[in-house]
Amino acid sequence: MTARHDRSLRQRLFEPRDLVSMAPVTKLLTYAGLFAWTLVVLFPLYWLLITSFKLPVQVNDGPDYLPFIDFAPSGHAWRYIFVELGNDTLRPYFNSVIIALGATLLAVLIGSLAAYALVRIEYRVKVGAVVAFLVILAGVVWAIAVQGLPWTLSAAIGGALFVLFMVTLARRLRRHLGNNDILFWIISNRVLPPVVAVLPIYVMFQQLRLLDTHVALIATYTAVNLPIVVWLMRDFFATIPVDLEESAQIDGASKLRIFFGIVLPLAKPGLAATFLLVLILSWNEYLLALFLSTANAQTMPLLVAAQNATRGPQWWYMSVLIVIMIAPVVAITVLLQKYIARGLLIGAVKG
Amino acid sequence: MTATAVMTEPSRDPAARIGEWFDRRSGGLMIMPAVVILLAFAIFPLITSAYLALTRFALSAGGFDLRFIGLRNFRKLLFGSQQYHFLGTFGELGLVGGAALALVAIAVAYGFVRYLRGARVSAIGVVGRLIAAALALAVATLFVRTVTGGGFPGSLGVTIIYVVGGVAVQFALGLGLALLCARPIRARNFFRVVFFVPLMVTPVGIAYAFRMLADTDKGPFAPIWRFAGFQEFAWATDPWSARLVVMIGDTWQWTPFLFLVLLAAIENQPREQMEAATIDGASSYQVFRDITWPAIAPVAATIVLIRLIEAFKIIDLPNVLTNGGPGIATESMTLHAFIAWRTLDLGGSAAVGYMLLFVTTVTCLSFFHFVVRRTRVLET
Repeated sequence: MTARHDRSLRQRLFEPRDLVSMAPVTKLLTYAGLFAWTLVVLFPLYWLLITSFKLPVQVNDGPDYLPFIDFAPSGHAWRYIFVELGNDTLRPYFNSVIIALGATLLAVLIGSLAAYALVRIEYRVKVGAVVAFLVILAGVVWAIAVQGLPWTLSAAIGGALFVLFMVTLARRLRRHLGNNDILFWIISNRVLPPVVAVLPIYVMFQQLRLLDTHVALIATYTAVNLPIVVWLMRDFFATIPVDLEESAQIDGASKLRIFFGIVLPLAKPGLAATFLLVLILSWNEYLLALFLSTANAQTMPLLVAAQNATRGPQWWYMSVLIVIMIAPVVAITVLLQKYIARGLLIGAVKG
Repeated sequence: MTATAVMTEPSRDPAARIGEWFDRRSGGLMIMPAVVILLAFAIFPLITSAYLALTRFALSAGGFDLRFIGLRNFRKLLFGSQQYHFLGTFGELGLVGGAALALVAIAVAYGFVRYLRGARVSAIGVVGRLIAAALALAVATLFVRTVTGGGFPGSLGVTIIYVVGGVAVQFALGLGLALLCARPIRARNFFRVVFFVPLMVTPVGIAYAFRMLADTDKGPFAPIWRFAGFQEFAWATDPWSARLVVMIGDTWQWTPFLFLVLLAAIENQPREQMEAATIDGASSYQVFRDITWPAIAPVAATIVLIRLIEAFKIIDLPNVLTNGGPGIATESMTLHAFIAWRTLDLGGSAAVGYMLLFVTTVTCLSFFHFVVRRTRVLET
């Protein structure tokens, strides 16, 4: 205690009193930095919110900062978006909800199954079989695109060839890929830029007459998000002790029952994290929707982006749309940040 | 033993029979849906796109026509009429640019020679390094020739500017904020939640928000611009200010990602070492350099890799903020491919996509090999 009185002013300002606390100047700078970034984060959101309550004239006359003091807030933009446009706003909104939820549910279900299988079952995939499959697939693409064969016929021939190969030549091949190779392949799909894949997907859905439908977008989003689900869920499943499953198996429970009855409930935190992350990614997705939907299946990001082209910048309407689009996401983030962050961390920290 | 005996008996109940059938084939059935979906939506499109990139697409009576034209789409991008769009317009090679280029070449050659004289040389290693070295040199040349000396970068250069500039700034900011947040402060959870929010906001919304904020006439900073005499300045008509606004929006969105993971890594590092060093009188910079940084380096490298993968896909921000303009100054490669698709140049679009895939793959593999792996070796 006596030591405190010996310290000069400089020491008291710049050197901490003990190991767990900070010197006053350091403390001041730390909080200044943190609050500065808080301002950077919140100001754009605040500006969106107040702009949605402004009249056009208030926006055009230059910046007004504080509602009730600088300007009188008005609900005209909200009324226009919800009452006058009504269905034109609500349809994309419900499209977004349906597509994001559907794709997330599917991706999490299919991805968890695959991730669990990769943790618990040992796979040995023959290299030769993979090569043969790719060659046949390329041949089928060539036959459809160049020779103009109908795609049903080409697919049938390709499938038959592959089965023939598997029952005859495949037995002699030795080299094989293990679980880690499969996992790496699944995750590496994330490196593929969506713009490379989207052209054929567009043509594929055109042939199936599914363009601009919920099905097309749900299927595509499921595929895009599968690698993330497999990657995250694998780590969660790996932490579940295998004993429980073994004893259930001895009691005669089927694999499916073990998965849905024991494993999934145990992995709930991981499921929640993955679900929220994928949900938000699907909710915000823009590029694929741009290619695959026009009117009926239009999602919110497209509606927001389209505001620019149609009527020039009408900030007040645009702000309303952006606010209703990001409000649920921000609410989820604030309430469940812990879960989402855990999902991100598992993936990134374990690499 | 009895339990297994019961299980193998054929049962009459159809539900149980399905269960048994599934059990026998569970290995294949559990992974099959994922594999089939990825084959249909990643591998099949990848192969089809490769073919599309080698064709010319034309609408014809009652449908469309694909004509095989070999590598001409790629030649057009690299040497032909679309060179200005993809690679950029080349300027004069100045003295400084030439010197910088020579330095890069020497560094690449030095690294390669050192590898060849090392102990572990393999065929794949040599080929991989040759590709990485060629790409590094090509990018350096491109950068020097199009950014300096009166040239204009095309979509490839712009994408690399976004990726390198954006990721570097985001990493620095994220690390700085994480270090601040790891200090003994109050309300850490409040900051953590607030800093996390931008990551979850839709990029399209961010783009419009930043367009409003950057408005020099009606935006919130208009008084500042007016005071500085900039109210007539239109950032959207100047290439570098337009790119800067795109990068600011990108940074606003992605800094949280790096912040969050780095904060977790910093919080996970062993406390005792840090405390011992502090007692011994190490400055906070020394503690960071010798204890914190080595501890978080593997995580930092991994997270940068993940961010790199996503950063190459940028499209929403430039498309909505500037529509790629002025001219093509803010056009990323994904946006370039989209614009080509919209003008029905399917082959050109696929070719741009494939170039993007190539650049992304080589960059990410090089980064994994030369950076991520090395940090992990240090750790063990």
